[in-house]
Amino acid sequence: MSEASEVLFIEGGRVIDPASGLDGVRTVVLRGGRVAEVAERVERPRDARAIDARGKWVTPGFIDAHVHLREPGQEYKETVETGARAAVAGGFTAVLAMPNTVPPNDTVAVTELILARAARAGLARVYPVGCISKGQKGEELAEMGELFQAGCVAFSDDGKPVSSSGLMRRALEYALTFGVPLAVHEEDLALVGKGVMNEGPAATRLGLKGNPAQAEEVMVSRDVALAELTGGRLHVCHLSTAGAVRAVRAAKARGLRVTAEVAPHHLVLVDEDVARSGYDTDFKMAPPLRSEADRAAVQEALADGTIDCIATDHAPHSAVEKALEFDVAMNGIIGLETAFPVCLALVRAGKLTERRLVEALTLAPARIFGLPGGTLAPGAPADVAVLDPGAEWRCDPERLHSKSRNTPWKGTSMIGRCTHALVGGTLVHELARGER
Amino acid sequence: MIGRHRHLTGLEGLNREEILQVLDLATSMKEVLSRPLKKVPSLRGKLVVNLFFEASTRTRSSFEIASKVLSADAVNWTASASSVTKGETLIDTARNLEAMRPDVLVIRHPAGGAPQLVADHVACAVVSAGDGAHEHPSQGLLDCFTLREKLGTLEGKTVAIVGDVSHSRVARSDLHSMPKLGARVRLCGPPTMMPAGIERLGGCSVHHDLREAVEGADAVVMLRIQHERIGDPLIPGTREYSKLWGLNARKAADWLTPGCVILHPGPINRGVELSPEVADGARSVILDQVQNGVAVRMAILYLLAGGSPAEVHPAGGARS
Amino acid sequence: MDSEAIGRALARLAREIAERAREGGGDLAIVGIRRGGVHLARRLQADLAKLLGREPPLGTLDIALYRDDLASAGTAPVVGPTDIRFPVEGKDILLVDDVLYTGRTIRAALDEIVDFGRPRRVWLAVLVDRGGRELPIAADFAGASVRVAAGDDVEVRLVEGGAEADAVIVKPRGQV
Repeated sequence: MSEASEVLFIEGGRVIDPASGLDGVRTVVLRGGRVAEVAERVERPRDARAIDARGKWVTPGFIDAHVHLREPGQEYKETVETGARAAVAGGFTAVLAMPNTVPPNDTVAVTELILARAARAGLARVYPVGCISKGQKGEELAEMGELFQAGCVAFSDDGKPVSSSGLMRRALEYALTFGVPLAVHEEDLALVGKGVMNEGPAATRLGLKGNPAQAEEVMVSRDVALAELTGGRLHVCHLSTAGAVRAVRAAKARGLRVTAEVAPHHLVLVDEDVARSGYDTDFKMAPPLRSEADRAAVQEALADGTIDCIATDHAPHSAVEKALEFDVAMNGIIGLETAFPVCLALVRAGKLTERRLVEALTLAPARIFGLPGGTLAPGAPADVAVLDPGAEWRCDPERLHSKSRNTPWKGTSMIGRCTHALVGGTLVHELARGER
Repeated sequence: MIGRHRHLTGLEGLNREEILQVLDLATSMKEVLSRPLKKVPSLRGKLVVNLFFEASTRTRSSFEIASKVLSADAVNWTASASSVTKGETLIDTARNLEAMRPDVLVIRHPAGGAPQLVADHVACAVVSAGDGAHEHPSQGLLDCFTLREKLGTLEGKTVAIVGDVSHSRVARSDLHSMPKLGARVRLCGPPTMMPAGIERLGGCSVHHDLREAVEGADAVVMLRIQHERIGDPLIPGTREYSKLWGLNARKAADWLTPGCVILHPGPINRGVELSPEVADGARSVILDQVQNGVAVRMAILYLLAGGSPAEVHPAGGARS
Repeated sequence: MDSEAIGRALARLAREIAERAREGGGDLAIVGIRRGGVHLARRLQADLAKLLGREPPLGTLDIALYRDDLASAGTAPVVGPTDIRFPVEGKDILLVDDVLYTGRTIRAALDEIVDFGRPRRVWLAVLVDRGGRELPIAADFAGASVRVAAGDDVEVRLVEGGAEADAVIVKPRGQV
């Protein structure tokens, strides 16, 4: 590990920095924990440390707007430290930690615990997200002011929707005080019913109860209307349906302060994959994998900017929660270490440009949540990812850094991997020689 | 083995030849049931365990009788559906049972996919006796067997399936088998009971009018309506259901062809799906279904438990 | 054996069976063991009908469900139809098969026949006895006895409705 005060040269890589419009071979110089310069030809002192990035991409460190670190309360599935390690291995130098921990993050004590664990781990930056309602019960507003002052960068009841329209309206209004967005899990629970996968032919064949796409669209439409009523900032989590895309597109056209994220699995997988997998619960999450038309709609929306950013919704679960009948298995899959190769496949398929991919993982989330980073402009924090877009590797669940193994890509071959990650100029992840 | 299958968790994965393999064998098994001494020694020393997480006297007894006619030992294990917060998980229960060395595990479970999950974790053969709304393969096969017996063949025949298709594993198993034998299927019921995309399963058309569905059909399968469903009312009540989708003597006389037979997987809600005169009438082959059920289950158990799971042995034997 | 020899053997068998049946004074019924014994049983039924003045009832038996090698058989052997429509109780049953070898098929057939009822007695008639018994089973009536090496098969070809191509051939196992 190199010292932050030292100088570090990243040489020969293709620098993709959408914030400064840069895409070309450059040398990036880091000094004192910040980006010092990005230039075509730089003199490097003989004893200065360097990373050879030839053939690789050099981008701002990725920012994941939606992860579940499970600490406090469910450390058997993941901790802040193991989650942060999985993050940097995937190229993410910052993550937003969702508040559905045990107890949930509706008090300063929990916020401070998360920050302390992150500092001790010294890996990815962790930005806590506070609850919208006390206990995530959807009844009373949480003490957003205190949570904001303690370090929360947004509010969410994720895992659950805010079912009460009245409470959602008040939450949007109240959050205006702090200038941060509400990140919302959009599902109308009455329509979801007992559905465990997308309602459609695949669910019919499998004999599993379906959860219709309109369960998402109904809530997104409601919250867009409330954003209009209040002037509040709405961020739609894990957008998965064509109907919700339409609602967000119309909201942006009307100038409302609405942003959205999409998860890698909704960009590449569909409900038929559940059937193909033979009831594999590593294909079960909320919102569920949708139809091909929905997948095409979110791919297009990400490319044209209707969906602002990519966020993994990294949701670790142990075998206790997953090795069960599909009906009762918990929702969620891990995603920090597979996000880059999965999304890179979209680039190879011509659905997304390289620049847009990097933007969706860096500049966009930084802007939405007002975070430092997401850019390699001189003066920015030295949060950098070095990625090999051609690296072939096999996703072996046993060798992932996360504590949990619930990924649908287990055992499959992937192309694209993070070889180095730096946070504040410190090298926090380096792919071992033997793994390259 | 049924064809190349070690387990029977559904009919979706069976091809026409494999279905016929079971039906042809069931014919021989039915002959055994007509003998004065209803026992053959074929599965002597084999153990069949019925692991039922849902109450079911008729299917369980049917499998039990089938086991005993083949001289196998049958053991029943009734459990409440597993859940992660109370009691043992499904995999643990199955593994515990497997430690007692059964040759076949017959499973009925309220969650779709449960038999497959068990099959992935045990070494013995697994037969699904119904999993959630997914499939009920032995019922599908005995429906095909009954129709083949009564109509001569399923080739070119039209079968109407009426009722709560969205919750029916029997309808799905029928849909995965009858078209493969050449039949055309008409599904009929209120739109709230018709699952999304069901026509994509192939070989079927969807109707909401009972007369349209049953006129000209060679067979009608009536499904049971569960009026115990709370929290998600799909119909206003059984009275209206019976008026619009139930079969009574007048409708049967006016709309059904003389040779049309009526099936029902049981238990019947008399007066709802079927009036008593129709349930007990000349067209009803419901009791044949029950008898054929034992023969079909004998065939299934014989194929999955008979022999050792090794290479194919030429039929007829070389040593006499 | 060629078709003439088969014809002579069958005729002799029919005479011997008829004589025993008359001596025994019982109610004769014929059961052909699938598959090789079925055609033979039919021919004997026709011959015996002439010799006895009335046609003895005929049934067929498939022994697959009674085999003693099911546990090691690999895939369960295909089961053919068993069709016995007369009461077995008290009858003189004539079991008919084409080749008698180890005796296991006959053992299975006996177990199965007895599950239909208690016969007065059971006789066994075969076209060819090739020796090599593994169980204490003997044919009461045999068309021919042949010495056959363990690696060889005895193939009996009998043509329904025309005896021209009838033959009994000994050839190495597996050879077409």
